[in-house]
Amino acid sequence: MEFYMALAIGVLFTAGVYLILSKSLLRIILGTSLLTHGVHMLLLTMSKLKTGAAPLLGEKADAYIDPVPQALILTSIVISFGVTSLFLVLAYKAYQKLKTDNMEELRGEEHE
Amino acid sequence: MSLSLLHIAVLVPFLFAVIIPVLGRMLRGIHIGWLVLPAPIALFVYFLTCIGNVQRGELIQESIPWIPSLNVDFTVYLDGLSLLFALLISGIGSLVVLYSIFYLEKDEEALGPFYVYLLLFMGAMLGVVLSDNVIVLYGFWELTSLTSFLLIAFWNKRERSLYGALKSMLITVLGGLAMLAGFVLLYVMTGTFSIRDLIAGAGDIADHALFLPSMLLILLGAFTKSAQFPFHIWLPDAMEAPTPVSAYLHSATMVKAGIYLVARFSPLYAGEELWFWLVAGCGLTTLAYASYRAIKQTDLKGMLAFSTISQLGLIMSLLGLGSAAAFYNGGAESLIYTKATMAAMLHLVNHAVFKGMLFMMVGIVDHETGTRDIRKLGGLMRLMPITFTVALIGTFSMAGLPPFGGFLSKEMFFTAMLNITKLELLNMQTLGVLFPIIAWLASICTFVYCMLLLFRTFTGRGNVSNLHRKPHEAPFGMLASPIMLAALAVVFGLFPNILSYTIIEPAMAAIHPSMLAEGAKFRVSIDFWHGWTMEIYMTIGVIAIGALLYKLQSRTVLLNRPLFTAPSLNGMYNAGLRMMDKGSNRMTRTYMTGSLRHYVIYIFVFLLVAVGMTLSKQSGIIFDFSAFAPMSLYEGIILAGMIAAVIAIPFSQSRMLSILLTGTAGYLVTLFFVIFRAPDLALTQMIVETVSVALFLLCFYHLPKLKKEDAKPRFKAVNLLVALGVGTVMTVVALAASSDRPFEPIANYFIEESYHLAGGKNIVNVILVDFRGFDTMLEIVVLCIASFAIYSLIKLKLPGEETDSSALIKRSLLAQGLWSEPRSNDVILKTVAKPAIFIILLFSIYLFFAGHNNPGGGFIGGLMTSAALVLMAMAFGLDTFARLIPINFRVFTAIGISIAFLTGMGSFLFDVPFLTHTFGHFDLPLLGSIELATATLFDLGVYINVVGITMTIITTIGRDR
Repeated sequence: MEFYMALAIGVLFTAGVYLILSKSLLRIILGTSLLTHGVHMLLLTMSKLKTGAAPLLGEKADAYIDPVPQALILTSIVISFGVTSLFLVLAYKAYQKLKTDNMEELRGEEHE
Repeated sequence: MSLSLLHIAVLVPFLFAVIIPVLGRMLRGIHIGWLVLPAPIALFVYFLTCIGNVQRGELIQESIPWIPSLNVDFTVYLDGLSLLFALLISGIGSLVVLYSIFYLEKDEEALGPFYVYLLLFMGAMLGVVLSDNVIVLYGFWELTSLTSFLLIAFWNKRERSLYGALKSMLITVLGGLAMLAGFVLLYVMTGTFSIRDLIAGAGDIADHALFLPSMLLILLGAFTKSAQFPFHIWLPDAMEAPTPVSAYLHSATMVKAGIYLVARFSPLYAGEELWFWLVAGCGLTTLAYASYRAIKQTDLKGMLAFSTISQLGLIMSLLGLGSAAAFYNGGAESLIYTKATMAAMLHLVNHAVFKGMLFMMVGIVDHETGTRDIRKLGGLMRLMPITFTVALIGTFSMAGLPPFGGFLSKEMFFTAMLNITKLELLNMQTLGVLFPIIAWLASICTFVYCMLLLFRTFTGRGNVSNLHRKPHEAPFGMLASPIMLAALAVVFGLFPNILSYTIIEPAMAAIHPSMLAEGAKFRVSIDFWHGWTMEIYMTIGVIAIGALLYKLQSRTVLLNRPLFTAPSLNGMYNAGLRMMDKGSNRMTRTYMTGSLRHYVIYIFVFLLVAVGMTLSKQSGIIFDFSAFAPMSLYEGIILAGMIAAVIAIPFSQSRMLSILLTGTAGYLVTLFFVIFRAPDLALTQMIVETVSVALFLLCFYHLPKLKKEDAKPRFKAVNLLVALGVGTVMTVVALAASSDRPFEPIANYFIEESYHLAGGKNIVNVILVDFRGFDTMLEIVVLCIASFAIYSLIKLKLPGEETDSSALIKRSLLAQGLWSEPRSNDVILKTVAKPAIFIILLFSIYLFFAGHNNPGGGFIGGLMTSAALVLMAMAFGLDTFARLIPINFRVFTAIGISIAFLTGMGSFLFDVPFLTHTFGHFDLPLLGSIELATATLFDLGVYINVVGITMTIITTIGRDR
């Protein structure tokens, strides 16, 4: 399972980075979402998969799965929601103001 | 180990620098200078009281540990050499401050900053001469460069001031950095930063390969600071500073820091042939070159600047000659050469006296006539008799005429130069004869410019009527300082032994520590008349030829025009600066392209290289697939579905499809959270994904249609390459991380202690609100900032934007329809929504309270509540929503953060660290036994905050037209 997950992580990262490098602002934002998913899967996979019960002591199991990555990911999900919203607003505000969503046209000035 | 009086002496000017601006504001009626004046006077008196101790050889050394792990301590050390400089700094400092009170108009100049810089300089300079630790010395050294920069640029509206300030800064800081490198090399060789320890082990490192490099680097620092040829070019431009500054920094003290450094390190490097040649040679070259250049100056301050350079060269060359004493190990022969050191120390004092006075005199002339141009001046003797007297004493002392102090040191300078020809080493038998000849020629030039300075200004017919105002004698306050200095010049000339026993002897002992037996001291006795010696003939020659040249000066091109203009040092400096400017600009432009894509590529490539390198270098990375979990067919299908959705996104040409595909990937990730036993994550991800898709659709109408990426194949190939690289590295990281465990995971701690310490059974929630509560607290702050940023981005209307976006408003009116005008199918939505909202809200409250023991908690509960509210807003329109729930969600956010923060603060009441939680079981009526934890209160803050943030974001974007 870890092996296939590793492959999926690779695909998520590849697609995410590829989208981030494209010209359209919307694609870039979607790319960051995919990158976030990739990181979440990576964190989970790192802690080994299916080694115990969910980290709820009420389960009274012999072994529990590692709760630390889960805490990290929970934080990350909520943060990335905030970041994505900010990106979106930034993107469409920039579009309204500058009439383009093409990153190549949004380049900085010569002497900046 | 404690703060000693000597430490306080260094810190007093800094303390004053802090207090003075405040005091100055309170006492507006008084010239700030009067408030500053006590500092240098008190310091001067304190250092005077130290003379006795130092004379008896009782040296003061006090240390405060500063960065012990790096061997950097704030150690102050007072020996004869330090004392000499400390007296100069505080003494001349007092006079300069007094003078400046009358020189700078109270109402016209920015006096606050001026005196702050001056005090900072004074403290830094004292720090330089009193520090024993070279790193601390370096820090103070650079601070003197910095304050010098600020003072030169004091009149910062003038182009020349800025040019001069930058030039001095670049050159002296360059030297300072070289000096630092030299210090580090010394540390590499000896393992100590202490000057005392370095000198104590002087002989041990002489053969080390780094010995010469360290010497050259330190000399570079000294030569740039003391304006030695060819680094002198900054000093004439530094004359743009106010005259008190020129008198203080650029003639009496700061430029002598280089002299101090050479004298201080003489015990370490003297005896090294190169040291002798460099110090003596460079000094002599500077002396001759600058004294010749001084003749041709037309600006009085320019003349004094070159004169200062040349006098610094004189002192430097004497220190070089003095180092010859180290070629003989003690005995009468070496004592002959220590005479040069004595002359250097004496001239150091004399120069400070006469040059300080001359600068002040020029300041007075400038102040009274409005010009410093020697061609416009003349005949001031009748109008300003006192100033003229001061100028006379100053110039005669500088020219080396009796009975002033300068005469004595000039005689001793000749003696030293004549003595060196007797040295039986270093080819001195043949080359040595050059030394007195050059010295003599330079003295003639010195005599000529001294006379020009005096007589061109004060005698002659004088066209005073051409000046802007009619000059008259300066006020007494302005004359007080130069008169005191003039008196000193006479006293030091007639009774030189006042200086020799008190200051010169201990200073020489510091420079030649190995010459003396334990407890012995140098016997210095300076006599006014030696009889008809070679020196006196040389002086007579100087006067005779100098007087002749003075007469010829105006008619001889060689003496009044620049010799050559083309390859000048200043031209080289300017061209070099321009080239570096252009070059670095060009270099920066090769990678700072302004394209964010390029920057992102740099980041990813760096990630690729850094992680790839680490993985390949790290031994012990094993790919061990044996312990991997099995995968069911069902899981395989989900995985394949996710991969397919993800791969499809880059190929999608429509906005809607891209967003839905991303959403699909997100929901499938939720399924994986379920499979991998992460119920909290699954719940969170599901709600966030739902709200996110709603968010994307909200912004949908504001964003343009996706265009086909009309990129060149090369553009796409690079992107693909970088993306594949990152993907591959991450796959490898995932495989390596999940197969090998070099250390025990920390998970067990949380699993074992969660219930025991925090009273919660949901370990993930316990980690969030209790174990790592502070992280969570900061996280909600970040979220809060994001939501407020979104709010202000949307509400912010730049001037003129209203008209710009009028066309866009039309388009976004369509988007508006989504919210304000109910459509036919909304009836179904409304009907279904009513019970659904109710159920979701209830469920969210359950999730929040269950959170500590079961899946749920503040984040999930808050998000679930927001989902219900979003549904409500969608079904009934934002206006209805605002009527039904009249809450300002930004205030709501703030309340949430406050609750979380106050819960954390509550810990202080019980004298425990921030955010320490506690819990207990209570029996409440109706509800029965219930567990109450402060963590729940914290979680409530998180809950309220998350609702506030989410709703702020959604309603703000939804209302944006």
